[in-house]
Amino acid sequence: MALFEATNVHGGYGGMNILNGVDMSLEADEIGVIVGPNGAGKSTMLKAIFGLLHVNEGEIRLRGESITNADPVALVKHKMAFVPQEKNIFPTLTVEENLEMGAFIRKDDFQHMLDKVYSFFPPLADKRHQPAGELSGGQRQMVAMGRALMIEPSLILLDEPTAGLSPLYMSEIFERIITINKAGVGVLMVEQHAKQALKIAHKGFVLVAGQNRFTDTGENLINNPEVAKAFLGG
Amino acid sequence: MNEFVFFINNVVISGLTIGSIYALGAVGITLIFSILRFAHFAHADLMTLGAFFAFFLTAMFPAVGPALGLPTAFVMLPLAMALTALAAVYIDKGFYKPLRRHGVKPIVIVMASLGVTLMLQGLIRMFMGTSSRNMYIDDRKGIHRIELPFDLANRPIVLTDPQIIIIVLLVIIVIALHLFLTRTRLGKAMRAMSDNPDLARVSGINTDTVVKVTWIIAGSLAAIAGTMLSLDVSLKPDLSFHLLLPIFAAAIVGGVGHPYGALAGGFVIGFAETLSVFNWAVLLRPWRDFLWFDLPPTLAFVPTEYKITVPFFILLAILVWRPTGLFKGKVL
Repeated sequence: MALFEATNVHGGYGGMNILNGVDMSLEADEIGVIVGPNGAGKSTMLKAIFGLLHVNEGEIRLRGESITNADPVALVKHKMAFVPQEKNIFPTLTVEENLEMGAFIRKDDFQHMLDKVYSFFPPLADKRHQPAGELSGGQRQMVAMGRALMIEPSLILLDEPTAGLSPLYMSEIFERIITINKAGVGVLMVEQHAKQALKIAHKGFVLVAGQNRFTDTGENLINNPEVAKAFLGG
Repeated sequence: MNEFVFFINNVVISGLTIGSIYALGAVGITLIFSILRFAHFAHADLMTLGAFFAFFLTAMFPAVGPALGLPTAFVMLPLAMALTALAAVYIDKGFYKPLRRHGVKPIVIVMASLGVTLMLQGLIRMFMGTSSRNMYIDDRKGIHRIELPFDLANRPIVLTDPQIIIIVLLVIIVIALHLFLTRTRLGKAMRAMSDNPDLARVSGINTDTVVKVTWIIAGSLAAIAGTMLSLDVSLKPDLSFHLLLPIFAAAIVGGVGHPYGALAGGFVIGFAETLSVFNWAVLLRPWRDFLWFDLPPTLAFVPTEYKITVPFFILLAILVWRPTGLFKGKVL
């Protein structure tokens, strides 16, 4: 059974649909990357999956169970986590408090997860008692991803994790994403840096105007001349 | 020396008392603003409501206080706090929550809170009438005169029971609130929701619970402030009109969204009021021979009956020169 499946998803804000029938599927332990031009509905798709905007048609399933239009809190309980593109930290809370908020629904002892997150993102360990708002862009992104990891998710949704980061930080974040994935977390992310992202992707989804244009393995998409010409800058 | 005692009684003690009361109201306003993003105009009425609950309970069990050697209304305070907190939670459920669910602009909820103000004032007058009432029924206000061990000071420092209680309570509340906000899961969630409500929801924080806890805290603090003020002075149905401006001024002076700023703001407003109505002629009297002008019998910045203008002018000044408040809060 696939970890995650979306079939024929239509949805948008108000009456207007931005998504016009998106299909996706992801096995556990896979990295899926959504690429496409601006306004193709990439981030909208992530929000639709996470119950932040209404799905008018189609179905979304996690481990075979329908989660279409489920409440974010319920999805967190289903071990799915979402990292928004912007405003993805609590700036006045310390790094550690940010991580604790990720574990809000956990009633058990989550100290081992704190340790694990600090081992994923060593720069955070030294800054655990600093307000997250004082950190650099790359470190904030680490806080945001660390916060999402606190529930030990089976699937993590990342909305442009490298947006606004320097190339150096970008490759560092991609490396972390691989590490997280190797630890058994499914990753579905939207990326502007399509080429670099597809390199680490098991599956790639090229969206145009709210529909799948190409769906293939990351490698095949990079090697597909049509995709390369239109979406990867030649 | 007597002049100095007069200053302590009329400025230090009064300022601390009224400052504590404003601070408790302002903390409530600031917490509600940080979580729900609207200015809760009915907050002073929650304070009045709390005082009336305390009065009602005092009238029902007037003998409890004398038996314990404390003001009855103070003994009844935990119950009054619980009732006010409950009222606050249900007011939110009945009036503000449906509006939030429709995603209206904050100003609409502010208007709704004005409606709640009028409603609460009507209800309070309906049940309690319009006259002012004494919170002491079977007991009397304890007044402590502390004689100073100086030859020159033949006047005592005067402290009343409610003044001592409110100042002690405030210290306990500040410590408790600090520990709650920095050490507990729910307190941190409150700060998280104040920082970034969307992310709080995405993180799996149960925002409904956080909202409820906010009302419980704000309502309880309002009940304490209203009851202690009424114990110190008297219980009037129009109490809220005298409190509304100072507590909002205190919240804004402190920086909206900053609980510690609201505490500081409460004392800024409280002391500004007491200092501006203080009769400075008393302090200057010993030096009257050295002054270049004739000392009038009363010399205050503002006559007592215009005390309410003081927070108003502080509010204006803050809004003009430092709209984010002393502690860099949000702009209303």
